Order: sequence, then C-alpha cells, then structure tokens
Amino acid sequence: MISAARAILRKDLLLEVRTKESVPAMALFSITVFVLFHFGLDRNSIDGSLASGVLWVTLLLAAVIAVVRLFAAEREQGGIDGLLLAPVDRTALFVAKACALFVFLVALEVVALPVFSLLLLGPDLLDAMPELIAVLLLADLGLAAVGALVAALASESRARELIVPILLLPLLVPLLIAAAQATEPLLRPEAVTEDLGRWLGVLSLYDVVFLLLSVGVFDYLLED
Amino acid sequence: MYSKGLKPLSIATVVALTTTLALVFFYAPNDADQGFVQKIFYVHVPMAIVALGGFVAGGIMAIKHLRSGDPSWDMRSYVAIHLSIILGLGVLVTGSIWARASWGHWWVWDEPVLVSFLVTFLLYCVYYPLRFSIEDPERQARYSSVFAIAAGAFVPLNFTAVRLAQSFTHPRVLSQTGGNLPGEMRLTFLVAIVAVTLLFVTLWKLELTAKSASMRLKRLRRKLEEQRELEVVA
Repeated sequence: MISAARAILRKDLLLEVRTKESVPAMALFSITVFVLFHFGLDRNSIDGSLASGVLWVTLLLAAVIAVVRLFAAEREQGGIDGLLLAPVDRTALFVAKACALFVFLVALEVVALPVFSLLLLGPDLLDAMPELIAVLLLADLGLAAVGALVAALASESRARELIVPILLLPLLVPLLIAAAQATEPLLRPEAVTEDLGRWLGVLSLYDVVFLLLSVGVFDYLLED
Repeated sequence: MYSKGLKPLSIATVVALTTTLALVFFYAPNDADQGFVQKIFYVHVPMAIVALGGFVAGGIMAIKHLRSGDPSWDMRSYVAIHLSIILGLGVLVTGSIWARASWGHWWVWDEPVLVSFLVTFLLYCVYYPLRFSIEDPERQARYSSVFAIAAGAFVPLNFTAVRLAQSFTHPRVLSQTGGNLPGEMRLTFLVAIVAVTLLFVTLWKLELTAKSASMRLKRLRRKLEEQRELEVVA
C-alpha cells in the first residue's frame, strides 16, 4: 500500500511541478488577501490576535483552492478508473492525496509567511519561529486529512466548487480555534508561548481523529 | 414496518409535552435573577440535547448503512439528521430570544455552547446540498453516510475546542447546568428532556412511515405501468 501511495504521490507532485496550477494560485490568493486585509482593516501593521486571525483565515481559504482541485486530474482524465482497477488498497489514494495536499500547504506557507511578515506583521516573524513551525505542521496535517476527505466527498457532486467551501470550512473550525489560539501569543510584540502545549494537544487530537476517520471511511467513497 | 407502535408513542408524546408545559408554567419556580424569561430554558436546552443526540444517532445509523449496504439505514440516518437540523434551528432561535431577554443582545459570542452549536448547525446544513447534488441514488446514500459519520465525529471535537477557547477570554455567564438546579426545576427539566426525546422519536417514526409508504406506492405504480406495457405488446 505504501509503494502505491508513494507512486500516486510522485505523480501528483510531478504534475504540480509541471503544470504549476495549485500552489501558485494559492500563493497569489494569499498575497492578495493580505493586501485586502490591509485595506479592509485600514492598518499598516498588526500583531497578536489580529495577526493570528488574519494569517489563519487566509491559510484556510487558500487551502479551499487546493482542495477543489485535488481530484481534478483523476476526474477529468479518467485516472480514477485505472486506480480502482489496480489491485491496490484504495486507502493508498487517500494517503497520497493527503500527502500531496500537505506538501502544497507547506509550499504555500514558505511563500505566504514571509510576505505576511513583510506586508502586515508588526513584530519580527523570527521571534515566533520554532513554535510557529510546530503549530503550522500540526495544522497542515489536519488540513491535509480533512481536505482530502472533503475533496473526495465533493468530487462526485455537480456543484463541486460550491460544496467544498461550505463543507470544508465548518469542519475546520476546531483546527482554526486551536491554531489561532496557539499562534496569538507568538505574534505579540513581545513573543511569548502561552498554553502552547494545550493547543498543540488539541491540534494533535483533531489530526488523529480525522486521519483515522478518513482512512476508515475513504473506501466507501470509491466503490462503484 | 415503521408504523408499529406509532399510536401509543404519539399518545405518550402528547402526554409528556402537556405535562412538561404544565410543570413549566405552574410548578417550576421563577428564577431569582432572570425571572419568568428563564423558563425558555426548559424548551431551549432539551431541544439542544436531543438535536445533538439526533446528529450522533444519524452518524451511527450511517455507519450501519455503510457496513450493511442496506438503504433503509441511510433513510433512517437522513430522517434523524433532518429532524435534528429543524430542532437545531429552534435551538438557535430560542437561544437568541433568551439572550435578548436576559442580556439585551440577540447574539452573544460569550456562551461557548451556543457558539459550538451554531458551527455544528452550519455544518449539518451542508448535508442537503451535498446529498441532492449527487445524481446516482446509491452513491448519494453512500456519500451522505460518509458525511454523517465525519460530522458526527466533529460534534464532540467542536464543543471541546470552543469551550477551551472561551474559558480563557470570557467568564462563564450561564451557570445553569444540570448540576446546581433546585429540585423542582430539575424535575421539570428532566420531564422536558423526556418529552422532547419522545417527540423526536415519534416524528422520526412518522416520517419514516410516510417515506416508506410513498416509496412502496411508487414501486407498485411502476409495476403497474410495466404490466400495462407488457399487455399492450402482447
């Protein structure tokens, strides 16, 4: 199963590198949203809970873009039939898609965080650093699991682009709460770590629940 | 199949609801700080508890559907979720009225349970567009079950996360949990919960009876059509 997942993941990453569809769109979207926030909030620099909120909401909305496109290649070019016919555990598809989404999110954050720091963030991003990376990685894991599940759920729907945001975002509320609460003290003018352990714990719990759930339930989405 | 026991159940529900209303208006004392308005609590909280129970039950029925492939489990799951969404709307409306009457605002972010409930309600509202945008009936049932399970797992996570977030920023305004209710209020509250649960089960059975009857009717009509066509050909 692992080798099948690795093969599918490699295919998806190669596809992304060659077509450059999802990640540049997500990055551009994030940068635009930061600019919108500058005008919407009428602020030159933000910190603390405001910065944490702007960052996380932007990341979540950008994730929606990637989720909508996640199964696009399989759907449009019939790859799904090949995958279903192959004598391979179908969970491999979920694992591969979730990993691909994880990689896209990390790539997005590599671009979006420095831009955020440049455009909007008051305090220095490096002060927040090792803790912020921990929060981001755990949150990305949850985002990847839920995103892959929702992408599969919505893939057969006629109204795919409409369903994904309204389905994905409420499911992500606990993740948003934990991530924003964990990040808020890190982005204050004097960066501190407050309750970080608690919120990382909540994030881990969320990740475990949704990974197990998605793996358990994914097979039923691909039956025909 | 579903209509078995429906009549005694309905009668029990009517009795329970009447008893509840009688208790609420004539037996339970007025709350010390909130006065008469507090009585909406006997409607609001039981509906919330039953709605959440309904969502979880819908999730469990969805698991049964996926494991057995029997579409009747999917129908049961759908009806449970459908009724819970309606109850949920009632919860949000009564909660809003209560908030307005006791704190002067139609909506408060301070109350973690109400906020969690709003998010859960919004999530379950997606059930309809998801379900009805998938054409193939078998796939529709399967995908809806997957959603019901994911959303059912989401409910406790959501409540925990929201409560954790709130307790650090706002003090708990509402402290009327089951723990410290005086005797008469507690009795009324328990009777109210029983009544709303009975109402939910009765409506659930009723809707399932109606749906299965109409499905059987459709099937019979189709058979009749096919029969007629065969006769014409012959």
